Amino acid sequence: MTIAAKCPLSAVPDALGRFGPFGGKYVPETLIEALKELEKAYKSAMADPVFLFEVDKWLHDFVGRPSRLFFAERLTRHAGGAKIYLKREDLNHTGAHKINNCIGQALLAKRMGKKRIIAETGAGQHGVATATACAVFDLPCVVYMGEEDIRRQKLNVFKMRAMGATVEPVTSGSRTLRDAVNEAMRDWMASVGDTHYILGSVVGPHPFPQMVRDFQAVIGRETRSQCLTQLGKLPEAVVACVGGGSNAAGMFFPFVDDPSVELIGVEAGGRGFGEGDHSLTLGYGKPGILHGTYSFVLQDEDGQTADVHSVSAGLDYPGVGPEHSYWKVNNRVRYTSVNDIEALEGFQLCSRLEGILPALETSHALVEAMRIAAKMKPSEVVVICFSGRGDKDCYEIARLLGHD
Amino acid sequence: MNQMTNAIDTCFAALRKQGKAALIPFVSAGDPDVKTSLKVCEVLIENGADLIEIGFPYSDPIADGPVIQASYTRALANKLKSTQIWDLAKAIGSLAVYEKRPVPLVAMASYSLILRQGVENFLNHAKEAGFSGFIVPDLPWDESKDLGKAIESRGLKLIQLVTPTTPLERAVNIAKASGGFLYCVSISGITGERKDLPPALIERLKALKCQSTTPLCVGFGISQPDQAGMLKGHCDGIIVGSALVRQFVRFTNEPAEKVLADIGSFCSSMRNALDN
Repeated sequence: MTIAAKCPLSAVPDALGRFGPFGGKYVPETLIEALKELEKAYKSAMADPVFLFEVDKWLHDFVGRPSRLFFAERLTRHAGGAKIYLKREDLNHTGAHKINNCIGQALLAKRMGKKRIIAETGAGQHGVATATACAVFDLPCVVYMGEEDIRRQKLNVFKMRAMGATVEPVTSGSRTLRDAVNEAMRDWMASVGDTHYILGSVVGPHPFPQMVRDFQAVIGRETRSQCLTQLGKLPEAVVACVGGGSNAAGMFFPFVDDPSVELIGVEAGGRGFGEGDHSLTLGYGKPGILHGTYSFVLQDEDGQTADVHSVSAGLDYPGVGPEHSYWKVNNRVRYTSVNDIEALEGFQLCSRLEGILPALETSHALVEAMRIAAKMKPSEVVVICFSGRGDKDCYEIARLLGHD
Repeated sequence: MNQMTNAIDTCFAALRKQGKAALIPFVSAGDPDVKTSLKVCEVLIENGADLIEIGFPYSDPIADGPVIQASYTRALANKLKSTQIWDLAKAIGSLAVYEKRPVPLVAMASYSLILRQGVENFLNHAKEAGFSGFIVPDLPWDESKDLGKAIESRGLKLIQLVTPTTPLERAVNIAKASGGFLYCVSISGITGERKDLPPALIERLKALKCQSTTPLCVGFGISQPDQAGMLKGHCDGIIVGSALVRQFVRFTNEPAEKVLADIGSFCSSMRNALDN
């Protein structure tokens, strides 16, 4: 019994923001004081029952939590093995898990007396969730978004503007999520005094990976207790997609100390295994630094960040949260991949069989869940973190399937 | 200690004796190509540069402003590799003008690049190429102990940064720990050119001067001789980045001689403002 002597895997990060060797704060000196201030404010907020009550209240009244744990009977029959359950984060207000984190961080920003919010966004889901929280909490909001993504995601740009946010086009570098993060960090360096940066995933410098995980952990906590009440047991397996990794971190964290629950993270396999064709950060990357954290990253030999691809705009990120790297090297989570074509098939299958349109990100998790369910017993249970709804992807999917 | 004397220390000791402040231009390597970077460095040495900071282009430079990022993007579009920067540094060391008046070279490189290439490997190449010091803008003091030791063990210097958001007590500790000189960021935020220098900066420099002997160099936002003049007497050197780097884009559609001549006269106007 070596396990008993070990520190539980959930006892991270340490005081320096480390998950084993991963994490930390690799940022310019300008941000160090702001990060320390945030860390302190976050710790005190999480120890304050009034703050926690307020977060819960907003998640309940505004977001619509708890989200349902739904038995997908027809998907189960189709896979022909374990029972498949969907944790319906797609039913949250704004249609994805992103809002959980934005409500928490916006309330924290108000508590810290910050007067302005900035955020980065790729496909626009986190931008929309941030704009939503800022509208309801009356905070001015600037969202950095790559010019290329603005072109591809017009609807989300419209939504953000309708809710009063300023969408700032990013024209540097690859003009996508990566550059939007760079630009948001730059803004923050010049505005740290009155501005809070709502980072959208479990990436970036400490305390962001911990804070975003904690605000998203409501997913896993609810799933755990729903399994115990609805099924009378914990699930045998839990599957989630991983880009930066926020929905997966929130889903997995409450299960990491349950050795009977297999945890599976699904990265985007894209269109192949060549450089620039996929987003398999944990699969093909190496430990390195990107956006202020030490974690697996896709880089060339010199250390330049590699190009990535996925049909799903929420998964094509060349880095990943440091806690995922920690779970990977400790063999606690198994990370695997699903490619573009399989994800599109998963989207169609779920839409047709369950009457639920999954986001393309979610479709990656769904495909892997179907694969493993087929090899499991009917008495066993697989839960999919159903991270978002597919409405945002419909035009892109129609184009790819030739339904224009 | 039989450690070799570091060129940066020698440089500042000499300048202090003469009562002069260092002029430290920043050159992003490989924009538009390494050959041109070499010519730029030659012109800078001819026109009064005391040290040269060589920027290693990086794909995600969060600490740099739009001018330097654009320059890095241009260099990387031509597939610039670190090996070419080692060659550039060696070529600078062989310039006739360098042999007459050697200027220490300081590498500014993201920790991402250093870590991926391997700390030992990167530092060995850097030393062999002739670099005397390093600025690692995304490695704050708290995280820099290991790299600092590896750098010092080679007789090289890890130059630390302080910013207006750094509390004074921390700034003093960083100043004491900094090798070669202390890089004082004049404004909160990213590199770029500003019209005025904040009054708080002068106060900060005075306070740091009393509490440490490390040479203080000011960077971020210095673009005009007037600003250099204002800073004279308050610090041991100034770093000029964006104002210089923004000239490099002109190489794509103007005769190189003309751009180099403008860079030369800009550099000497800064030199004059510091000296007179």
